[in-house]
This record gives sequence, structure tokens and C-alpha cells, in this order.
Amino acid sequence: MWEAIRANRRRSRLLIGLMGSLLVGVGAVAAAALAGPEMAWAGGLVALGIWGILLALALFKGDELALMATRARRLRKEDAPQLWNITEEMAIAAGLPMPRLYLIDDDAPNAFATASRKGPAAVAVTAGLLRRLTRDELQGVIAHEIGHIRNKDVQFMTIALVMVGSIALVSDMALYILWFGGGRRRGGGKSGGQAQILLLALTVLAAILAPVFARLLYFACSRQREYLADASAARFSRYPAGLASALEKISRNQTGSRGRQMRAMAPLYIVNPLAASAAGLFSSHPPTRRRVEILRAMGGAGWVDYEKAYGQVVGDRTPCLDKETLASEGSISTRQGQVIPAAEADATRRKREVTDLLDRMAHFLLVPCLCGVRIKVPPAFKGDQVKCPRCGRDHVIPTAQGEPAATEAAATGSSPASRAGAPMSYRRKGNSWESFRCSCGRTLQLSPAFEARRLRCKGCGQSIEIQPA
Amino acid sequence: MVLVLGILLALMVGVALWAMGIYNGLVALRNQVKNAWSQIDVQLKRRHDLIPNLVQTVKGYAGHERETLESVIAARARAVSAQGVQEQSQAEQGLSGALGRLMLVVEQYPDLKANQNFLSLQEELTSTENRIGFARQHYNDSVMTYNTRIQKFPDNLVAGNFSFTTENFFELQDEAVREAPKVSF
Repeated sequence: MWEAIRANRRRSRLLIGLMGSLLVGVGAVAAAALAGPEMAWAGGLVALGIWGILLALALFKGDELALMATRARRLRKEDAPQLWNITEEMAIAAGLPMPRLYLIDDDAPNAFATASRKGPAAVAVTAGLLRRLTRDELQGVIAHEIGHIRNKDVQFMTIALVMVGSIALVSDMALYILWFGGGRRRGGGKSGGQAQILLLALTVLAAILAPVFARLLYFACSRQREYLADASAARFSRYPAGLASALEKISRNQTGSRGRQMRAMAPLYIVNPLAASAAGLFSSHPPTRRRVEILRAMGGAGWVDYEKAYGQVVGDRTPCLDKETLASEGSISTRQGQVIPAAEADATRRKREVTDLLDRMAHFLLVPCLCGVRIKVPPAFKGDQVKCPRCGRDHVIPTAQGEPAATEAAATGSSPASRAGAPMSYRRKGNSWESFRCSCGRTLQLSPAFEARRLRCKGCGQSIEIQPA
Repeated sequence: MVLVLGILLALMVGVALWAMGIYNGLVALRNQVKNAWSQIDVQLKRRHDLIPNLVQTVKGYAGHERETLESVIAARARAVSAQGVQEQSQAEQGLSGALGRLMLVVEQYPDLKANQNFLSLQEELTSTENRIGFARQHYNDSVMTYNTRIQKFPDNLVAGNFSFTTENFFELQDEAVREAPKVSF
């Protein structure tokens, strides 16, 4: 596998260099067209500066940017124990530290991995994925993402993502300036005017072609990576059928394009979310059908098995994996899958679990009613009571008891450090998921696994005593 | 004269640096093997820790299945006190068998199978079994890479001088255990 990783790294450097020179080229041509050929170096320098800043941003903050763009929320173990377990299993299989886990509030099933230069990598899944896939399928998807992390794809993909975006931005800017600022050109001789027209044409051409070219470069690189990550997923989970069936489910449920941000993020995901426009050179992913066919054709779970299946399905003589990897071991037998037919009741339960998870993360207060309805109180609701919509019972919204220290501190005028109001406390009702309101209005959640005696409110920072039921 | 000495010195420094690189690479690989081994240990221990909870939960619904429950407890005790790889793997095998029987018994108690606590324990147990399997797989991969490296030229020169020895694979005697760990609920 090491040769593939090395090759990935080489290609990444080449690509980043190429994109940098592309950006500098566009900058130089644009400056020459606007301010005369003698100013070309300045334009190039500015573009180089932008490139440097973007590269640093992508290197150190790229993962946060990607997670922010998708509005992903961090998951703890008690939020989604099964997903957590599966991820830990795959991290063990790959010999990697446990990645951070994130949830995206989106019903289209998908997943991506990202990483910055330091700290653990991150894997993000959508709520739709969690809801639809069985354990084995989920394992396949996570194994694929762990494969990307192991093959050092994630950093490159995150960087390239920022690069492609920035080239598009600079080109747009150049076109915009040309369009609206054309009148401010310095007047020159007749020959100078002609040169400028030529340069103008060049700029327009460069500004239009650069983003296209950048994308082409990028996508050509990222397709090979998908095959590699699939091979890794089969190897780690020893169950290619799991990923195959997950890919089928995911691609069947894609609803198509959703906004600009999705377009930029597309190459990061396990299955291209822009399925309708995914074809030919501009596709960041190989056709899902082909990926599934390869996985289904595998006779085992090793590298050799993937290579053989790849040769059969694609019918191509050029190998997918490198010689060193293939020579390192023989065929590996697959493990037995746990074939659990997804029962109707099970699907409903999963759907409810995921919806609850999303509501908890959005700070909704869950109040169970005796009639069986669970009332979900939005965080903006300010009242103290809520009426059950089905049976009409009134419910007091669970709130931490005690004098809120903050108001007392405000009344006595003491500094927050020395405040000593009556300690806040909350008595638990049971040992399932529970939510209550802090005096500052923030909703706090207690998981079934919560065993500590105190909980710090994330809103106001107060420590609240939790009394067992 | 000075030139020859200089070239010789440069050569020596070069060789030393080269050997150092190989040595460091081998140390990293050996640590990876050790790390992979400890991961197996961690997961076996995790399984031992889960069992008392599981037994408690099952007892609440199926208290009169005393014989099965006691055999699980006894098997766990043997596994916890086992010494050495040989004894450990046998004890773990016994534990897997006892757990399998317990899960068969559980099938007859639909209330238990709907219990939230039991469901989460069941997920944890399945995951632990999987982890043991994957940790073993990773350990064997690491051993393979390491053993290949120290036997290949020129790394074997460095390996021989600094007593890097080949590691053993983690094999299980019983075919039933070597097959993917499977607890069917």
C-alpha cells in the first residue's frame, strides 16, 4: 500500500504547484491587461500572495472550513453509539487513531472525511445515511472514509478543494474588473491599444479557462483515489458486499444538486451528490455502478482480489494498484456478513432515533407525556409550561432548581469569580435521555451513560449538580 | 592526502546516516507491532468488563437460567486469570462458547430483547468481538511488514547488528475461533 500513498503524495504536490502557477498566470495576464504589460509582475505577485494565504488556510484550517460549510455538528459516543463503535472498529483495522465524528443534518445519504495538518482526521456522515444503512453497510462506508484517511487523500482533497474554489474566485474577480473597470485603462498610442486588446482577449480566455482546467486536473486525480479507497474499505472490513450495497442505497437516494456549496464539496463525498451532472471528464467519482460491480466481483477481501475484480469489470490492462502492494500478500477470505433483513418496524425506529439525535443537537427540549407523545420544545420557547397537543395535559418544563448565580452576582455587583449563589441542581427522572433548562435558558441534555455528579452549562458556564433519580 | 581523508570521512558519515535511517525505520515498525499487540489486549479486557453488566441485565428477566449465567461467569473468571498466549486464547474460546449459549437462551425472552439496556450491551458486545478480530488482523499485518523488512537486503545488515528478531503471528488453534468472531443474537 505504501507505493500508492507515496504516489498520492507526489501527485498532490504536483497538482498544488500546477494550480499555483495557474493562479499566478491569471493574475499576471489580468494585471497586464488592466495596467499595461510592465505591471504584469505585480499582478503575479498579488496572485502568489493570495495563493500562499489560501494554502496556509487550507493546510491548517481546511477541515474546519469543510465541516463549517456543511454545518456539521460534532458527535459524542453517547449520541450515536453504533456509529462510534463502527468507526473505532475500522480505525483499529487500519491502525489509525480514532477520528472525530460529525453529523450533517441532511436527508440525502452521504459521507466524507477531512483532515488538517495536525490533530486527528474527521469523518462526517449525513442523518440520511445513519437512517438508511444497516450496520454492515455503515461499516463499509466508514471503512471507505478511513481508507481515504489512511491513503493520505483527505489532506490533499481539502487543499485542492480550497484551491479550485480560489481559482474560480480570482477568475471571477478578473472578469468583473474587466467588465466594469474597462474604462479606466490608461490611454496609449495606437499600437499600445492593439496590444491591450490582445491582452484583454487573453485575460478573458484565461479567466474562463482557468477554473475549467483546475477542475479537470483535480477530478482526474480524485477518481483513482476512489478506487483505492474502495479497495482499502474491502481490505479493512473484510466484507466488500457491505460497501457495495451501501453504495447502491446511497446513489439511489441522491436527490441531486443542492446549492453552490454542494458543488464545491462534491469531490469530498463518498458518492457524488450531484449525480445528474456527473459524467465524463468532469466527474470527481468513477461511476457508482462500476464501483459496485467491482466490489461484487471480488472473490476475497485482499488487495489481490480487488485488482482481479477491477481487471474483470473495467477490462483494462493498466493495473489499479501497484506491484509492491499486490506482491505483499495473497487473497484474504471475506468474513461472514450478518444478514439482517431491515424490518419495517426497525426502519421506523431508526428514523425516530436519528430525528431525536438531530433535535437534541439543535437544543430541543424533549418532554415525554403520559399519553405517549414526546413533546419537542424548540429552544426559542420561553414559557414555563407546555400543553400536550394530543391529550391536553400541562407539563412544567424541567428546569434546574436553585438560585441562578448570575443574577445574584449582578445584584450584589460582585465579580463573576467570587459569586456564591445557591448551587443549581437538577434531579434526574430516570436513566434514559433527559433534557432540562438551565437558568440562562440553555437546554442541557443528559445521556443514559451520564454518571458524573456535576454538569457545566455550555451557555453560562455554571456548574449544575445532577442528583440521581 | 587531505582530500582522501576528507572523502573517507564523508563516506563514513554517509554510511552512518544511512544506517541510522534504516534503524529508525525498523524501530518505528517494531513499535507498531507492539502497539498492535496491546490493542488486542485492550479489547479482550473490554469484553471481560462488559460481561458482569450483561449478566446483571439478563438476570432481571431470566433469573432462573442460573446454570447458563453461572457458566458465563466462570468462563469470564478463567479468562481474566489466564496467563500466556496459549492459555489466554483457550480461555477466551471458552468464554465465546458460554456467551453463545447465553444468547441462545435470551432468544426465548422477547421482553429482554426489547430492553434498551440490553440492546446497547448487545451492540457493545458485537463491537468488541469485531474489534478483537480487526485488532488481530492489524497485528498480523504489522508483523508481516516488519518481518519482511528485517529479512530483506540491506535492512537485514542493520537488523542483524541490533538484534531485531522476527515476531510471531497471532494464530488461533481452533478453526471456529479463527473464523470471523461471530456472536449471533
